[in-house]
Amino acid sequence: MKLMGTNPVLFKELKLRFRSFKSFNGMLFFLLAMCVFVFGYIFMTVTVSGTSYFRPSESFVLFAFLSYIQLGLVLFTAPGLTAGTISSEREKQTLPILLTTSQSSFQIISGKLLSSVAFLLFLILAGMPVYSLVFLFGGISPWDFIRIFLFLFVILLAFGSIGVMFSTLIRKTVVSMIATYGTMLFLSVVTGFLFIITMQMKMMNQTGTVVTPSYIGHFLASINPGVLFASFLSPGVRGMVEEMTKVDFPIWIGFLLFYGVITIIAILIAVKKLRVNTKRQK
Amino acid sequence: MIEIKGLTKKYGSFTALDNLNLTLHEGTVFGFVGANGAGKSTTFLIMSTLLEATSGDVIIDGVNVREKPAAVRRLIGYMPDFFGVYDQLKADEYLDFYGASYGIPVEERRKLIPQLLELVNLTHKRYSYVDLLSRGMKQRLCLARSLIHDPKVLILDEPASGLDPRARVEMRDILKTLKKMGKTILISSHILPELAEMCDEIGVIDNGRLIAHGSVPEIQAKLQGEKVITVKVPIDAVSRALSFFEEQPHVSTIEMLETGDGITFKYLGNEVSQISLLQQAVKKEIPIVSFMEHVTNLEDVFMEITKGAE
Ligand SMILES: Nc1ncnc2c1ncn2[C@@H]1O[C@H](COP(=O)(O)OP(=O)(O)OP(=O)(O)O)[C@@H](O)[C@H]1O
Ligand SMILES: [Mg+2]
Repeated sequence: MKLMGTNPVLFKELKLRFRSFKSFNGMLFFLLAMCVFVFGYIFMTVTVSGTSYFRPSESFVLFAFLSYIQLGLVLFTAPGLTAGTISSEREKQTLPILLTTSQSSFQIISGKLLSSVAFLLFLILAGMPVYSLVFLFGGISPWDFIRIFLFLFVILLAFGSIGVMFSTLIRKTVVSMIATYGTMLFLSVVTGFLFIITMQMKMMNQTGTVVTPSYIGHFLASINPGVLFASFLSPGVRGMVEEMTKVDFPIWIGFLLFYGVITIIAILIAVKKLRVNTKRQK
Repeated sequence: MIEIKGLTKKYGSFTALDNLNLTLHEGTVFGFVGANGAGKSTTFLIMSTLLEATSGDVIIDGVNVREKPAAVRRLIGYMPDFFGVYDQLKADEYLDFYGASYGIPVEERRKLIPQLLELVNLTHKRYSYVDLLSRGMKQRLCLARSLIHDPKVLILDEPASGLDPRARVEMRDILKTLKKMGKTILISSHILPELAEMCDEIGVIDNGRLIAHGSVPEIQAKLQGEKVITVKVPIDAVSRALSFFEEQPHVSTIEMLETGDGITFKYLGNEVSQISLLQQAVKKEIPIVSFMEHVTNLEDVFMEITKGAE
C-alpha cells in the first residue's frame, strides 16, 4: 500500500485540513470541553464526598464516560468527514481532472479515507493527555485503555469507509451524508433496539422449557458499538449477553469480523465505482 | 496518432455520438467545431477515459482507451470545458499536487512548476490562492496543469470560452507555442474563425456526426461552389431585378434583401458566366447600385454546414 510519501491525495488533504481554521477551532473546542468535563467531575466528586482524594472506582466511571464520549465523537464525525470526500469534488468539478491523472482508483480512495482517519485519530490522540489523567488515578489497567483505542480505530475505519463509499456512489454530498449517518444510526442505535425486540420475542416464544441459542440476537449485540464498549467496561455485560442469547462467542470477535468485512467491501465498492468501467462486454 | 473508429454514444434512446470516425497524425492541431450539444464534449470525455462509449474505439498512440485507460491517462492532458479548483491551495501547490498525481519526483516538480507558470504567463501569481484567480488565469493554470506530465496529446474542451479578447489572443499564442513543441492538440470551440487561425485541420460535428473534416481551405472550398451574390438596386427597381435574375441560369434561392433595396441569391456558375450575368443585367437596363460576391467566411461555412441542426 502506498502511503503518505507517495499518495498525493492524502498529502494534499492533510495539508488543507490542517491549514483551515475550522478544523483547528473544532479541535480546540473538543479538547476544552473534555478538560472542563474531567476537571469538573473530579472537582465535584471531591467536594461532594468531602474527601480530598479521588477513588479508583470514581475514576473508572470517568474513564467509562470519556470512552463513550470518544465513541460518540468517532461515530458522529467519521461520517461527516468522509461522506463528502468524492461527491464534493464532483460538485466542485475537480473530480474529472483528478480522475484523468495517472493515480490508481485505490490510491485516490485510500488517500481520501486515510486523510479523514488521520485527522480523527489526531483528535483522539489530542485527547490522550486528559484521558491519561484518569489513568493516573488508578482503577484502569493499561489493557482497558489500549483495547478501547484499538476498537475506536476499527470503528473509525469502518464508518469512514462507509462514508467514502456512499460519497462515491451518490452524486450529491447531502444525500451521501444522510445515507452515511443513517447507516451509522442503524448500526449503533437501531441494532440495540432490534436486539431487545429479538430477545423479547424469544422469551415469549420459548416458555422456559427448551432454550435454543439466538444467533440473530447475538449478532445484533455484537455489531453494536455501544454494547461492545459496555462489554469492555464491565465484564458483566458480556455474561449478560451470553446469558440472554445462549451463544458463547466473544462479542469483540464478532464485532471485528463484521466491521472488517464492511470496511473491505466498502473500500472495494468505492474503488470499483470511482471511475467508469471502460471495458464493456461485447 | 489518434484513431477514432465508429465511436457511438447513446444516452438511453438519445444518440449523442453517431458512428464517429476520425484519424489524426502526430503533431496535428485539430479544431473540433459544432453547435451546442453537437457532441464535442462527449467525444473528448470518451477520449479522456471519463465516459464509456456505447460502441466503437478510440486509439491514442497505439493504446486503446477501452482496454488500457491507465496507459492513456499518461498520454493525454485533458482540460474540461467546466472545471473547479481547490480552495486554500496556492498556484504552485496546485501544480505540485497534480505533478505528484502523475508520479513526478519532487525535485523535477520543483524545476517544472516555474517553467509551466512562465509558459502561461502566471509567474506573478505563483503564491496566490487558486480560487482567487480570475477566470482567464484559472483557465491558463488549468492548461499548465494539463501539461505537467508532458503528454503527447492535449485534449482541450473550449479552452477559450469565457475569456476576454485579450486573453483569447494570449491563449492562442500559448497554443501556438505548444504546437511548435510538437504536441498533437485537439481543441473544441463553437467559433470557427477562432480555430481557423491556429488549426491544421478542422472537423465539423453536428448531431453527433462528423459532417466535414479537412484542412481549413478544404473546408472553406466545400462551400465555395455555392457563391452568394448580393445585388443592390433602388427600391422601385427591386421587383424588376427579382424577375430578371430569377430567370438567369445557375441562379437559385433568390430573395429580396431585408432592407428592401436589393436582392440576394446563390450562384453556381463559374467566373465567365458571372461576367455575362452582370453584362446582361446592365443591358436590360436594370439600375444596379452594386453587384457583390459575398465572400464565404468560416462563420458562414459553419452556419451553412450545421443548418440542419435542431
Ligand atoms: N449525461 C447525459 N445524459 C443525457 N444526455 C446527455 C448527457 N450528457 C450529454 N448529453 C447530451 O449529449 C449531447 C451532446 O452533448 P455534448 O456535451 O457533447 O455537446 P457539446 O458539443 O460539447 O456542446 P457545447 O458546445 O454546448 O459544449 C447533448 O444533446 C446533451 O444533451
Ligand atoms: Mg461541450
